[in-house]
Amino acid sequence: MEGYSRKDPQLLDLIPKDRECFVAKRAEEDHGVSEEKKLELSLGPPGGGDYWTITKTSHESLLSFPTYFSTNPCVKSPWQHQAFLHHLQSAAQLPLPAMKESPPQPCTNRAAAVELQSAEKKKAFSPAPANTAVPNSSSAQKRTAPAPVVGWPPIRSFRKNIATGSSSKLASESPNSAADKVSGPKPADNSPRTLFVKINMDGIPIGRKVDLKAYNSYEKLACAVDELFSGLVAAQSEVCAGGIKGEEGGEGKAIGGLLDGSGEYTLVYEDNEGDRMLVGDVPWQDLEFIFTNTPSFSSMFVSTVKRLRVLKSSELPRLSRGSKEGKLSLNA
Amino acid sequence: MAYSFPEEVLEHVFSFLSSDRDRNAVSLVCKSWYEIERWCRRRVFIGNCYAVSPDIVIRRFPEVRALEMKGKPHFADFNLVPEGWGAYVHPWIRAMSEAYPLLEEIKLKRMVVTDESLELIARSFKNFKVLVLSSCEGFTTDGLASIAANCRNLRELDLRESEVEDLSGHWLSHFPDNCTSLVSLNMSCLGSEVSFSALERLVARCPNLRTLRLNRAVPLEKLPNLLHRAPQLVELGTGAYSADIRSDIFSNLAEAFSVCKQLKGLSGFWDVVPAFLPAMYSVCSGITSLNLSYATIQSPDLVKLVSQCRNLQRLWVLDYIEDSGLEALAASCKDLQELRVFPSDPFGAEPNVALTEQGLVSVSEGCPKLQSVLYFCRQMSNAALVTIARNRPEMIRFRLCIIEPQAPDYLTLEPLDTGFGAIVENCKELRRLSMTGLLTDKVFEYIGNHAKKLEMLSIAFAGDSDLGLHHVLSGCKSLRKLEIRDCPFGDKALLANAAKLETMRSLWMSSCSVSFGACKLLGQKMPRLNVEVIDERGPPDSRPESCPVEKLYVYRTVAERRADMPGFVWMMDGDKALAFS
Repeated sequence: MEGYSRKDPQLLDLIPKDRECFVAKRAEEDHGVSEEKKLELSLGPPGGGDYWTITKTSHESLLSFPTYFSTNPCVKSPWQHQAFLHHLQSAAQLPLPAMKESPPQPCTNRAAAVELQSAEKKKAFSPAPANTAVPNSSSAQKRTAPAPVVGWPPIRSFRKNIATGSSSKLASESPNSAADKVSGPKPADNSPRTLFVKINMDGIPIGRKVDLKAYNSYEKLACAVDELFSGLVAAQSEVCAGGIKGEEGGEGKAIGGLLDGSGEYTLVYEDNEGDRMLVGDVPWQDLEFIFTNTPSFSSMFVSTVKRLRVLKSSELPRLSRGSKEGKLSLNA
Repeated sequence: MAYSFPEEVLEHVFSFLSSDRDRNAVSLVCKSWYEIERWCRRRVFIGNCYAVSPDIVIRRFPEVRALEMKGKPHFADFNLVPEGWGAYVHPWIRAMSEAYPLLEEIKLKRMVVTDESLELIARSFKNFKVLVLSSCEGFTTDGLASIAANCRNLRELDLRESEVEDLSGHWLSHFPDNCTSLVSLNMSCLGSEVSFSALERLVARCPNLRTLRLNRAVPLEKLPNLLHRAPQLVELGTGAYSADIRSDIFSNLAEAFSVCKQLKGLSGFWDVVPAFLPAMYSVCSGITSLNLSYATIQSPDLVKLVSQCRNLQRLWVLDYIEDSGLEALAASCKDLQELRVFPSDPFGAEPNVALTEQGLVSVSEGCPKLQSVLYFCRQMSNAALVTIARNRPEMIRFRLCIIEPQAPDYLTLEPLDTGFGAIVENCKELRRLSMTGLLTDKVFEYIGNHAKKLEMLSIAFAGDSDLGLHHVLSGCKSLRKLEIRDCPFGDKALLANAAKLETMRSLWMSSCSVSFGACKLLGQKMPRLNVEVIDERGPPDSRPESCPVEKLYVYRTVAERRADMPGFVWMMDGDKALAFS
């Protein structure tokens, strides 16, 4: 690969020797020429050192730049990485095809990827290449849920909450609602039942969002929070200790004790009045639910949470649980 | 030429140039034009708040009346930019409060705005007229109260899609009784109830009110009261469009709508009960813009409404409209220019509606003026994309989201390269493109070769090597914003095209294959770029240099490095980066 890269005159042009954007130099009209294509393809995935040669001449000090994508434990598929970080949906998550198979990634198995790639190029329109994660999308087959990847699908968070509230009840009252429609959509049934609130943790700079509707008890919520942050906490402490993580985000040690105050961290929330409360102070499902069987989003907890925080237990004032006096001052 | 006219004449001539591009061109003609132009520039647009500093702007343009500015990268909309990243507006407000006492307009997008900033605005600018906070956050209704109380000439208060902490619905009553200047009020993003009597009085005393967008907490029963007080409304955002089904409520509503002859835009419709939709049929023929993207009703109800709106130019709707509804739309709305179809159940595994690529094909066939599309669906084919491209070569914005990442053509199981290739090849005016589905480097070759006017490109889960990114950066002459997530694009393409980045506003790459070493090098080689590494795993120099960074945000700037970086952002500027190694 390196061999014929060096011979390629086009490639030498890739180096911005000056401020001039070399885009302008690329003749638009030659895109159809097959010879040109062949040459371009030789650019290949990262790893070749050709442009480096030039860089060295102008930046003597940078000679020691390492080879890209050596067998580095940090280099992981973005899928795995994202999935770990944002794996917040229920524990009952189905296995995700996109995560299990490896997507076209030059970094995981470089040698294989390079070979596959050049093969692909020759028949650009062959069926989906073997190394891509292509779940069968024939509509007849049952599909598994897409991976809970943060920011995907790209929908603004306020849209995720559209169908909360009274819409379902009212829609069924409507004389026009086609409740008897056999195969049609049933917005009332299928509308997203999500309620995302922000969650931050002491010492972790990154905020997250969790879907309160995905859980029906404090225990499940605490598990999810644990899962969300334990890897980050582990990563953070390793970094602080100056170590280099081998397994990025691996199975961080569980945080634990978020609800009963027995652990290092405690889960608190701000309610709609801006008061800070201990999570677990009010029943998840209030009595009204038990008697009237209204949907769980009438839960007092879920309906009043504005945001969640995971605080260091040691920095919490001593609190008595279960009383309004238990509220923490926001400015404490 | 410059000598032949006195300054005043040139100033007058320049005043007819409204576009920023023209003003910029004028200021490059000669030194005297530069001087004249900078003193008479009243409006400034800053596409990235870190691309320039308040001082530089104030030094060059001493007489600004209107500022429009954007902050966070677009991907912040989808939670990809960590909270606390930056884009704080306060330093700007503070500087402008001293330099621009005559400032009248502030329009911000994706910025962090505090109550302190709002109070400073309210206090500092005596003739303040327009405040637009689009997708902003960090402020509460207290800040809004001080705007309401102090800006006596306020014409526009627009909070579209901002995240406001709702402390009290009483902020509206802070508008003084002599405030009659409102032309536009958009509070649709607020969660809690506003004081209805204050709202009613405010609406009643503002004779020029053209735009009123309510929030979900305003009940349908109250809507007629407001409409009777503002029959001149052009844009109306309803609150919750639901009530007990009673004939008196319906007839009140129908009567109120029948008075509003000017209405052109409708939005809101939370919790809509279809039985009440006919109440507004009387205005439908005048409607050009309809946002039903919160209306969780079924296709037949949507079709009944949409087919009343024969002059519709813009429709936002949930996928409940289905293929059949889009076909009806194509048959009845021949002026349609913009269509957005949002997913009602984006996280479900199974399709919950019968919406496929066919709906979009129908609209592309039936609506000759269609030029802007945002479409969420669950299946797509190359054949459909080719048809759409051939039907609508005038397309300017084409954003397609197939909900399952890397979904191939569902008929042939091939990549969607040819389909998107057809889009860029046929649509010569294309300026914005978002792509999803299974895509190889081939599609980026098409884009680099054909999309010469493309200004903004979003890529997710696509491509197979550096070559893909290289085609885009080297081929798309007009590219200004490029955002990429989860693609195997890395150092080589980035560094080879480093000079291109100075011609662009910004590049975002998250979960790609760019190494920390390459980021450092980029920062060193290109002093006029800010190269930000955003990594929540801790300092990137604690890992090998070949280790990919989590997120990379690169933008050109004439300002110093920013002073407000949080702990998870590292700026790869020359000195600093050398210190690392």
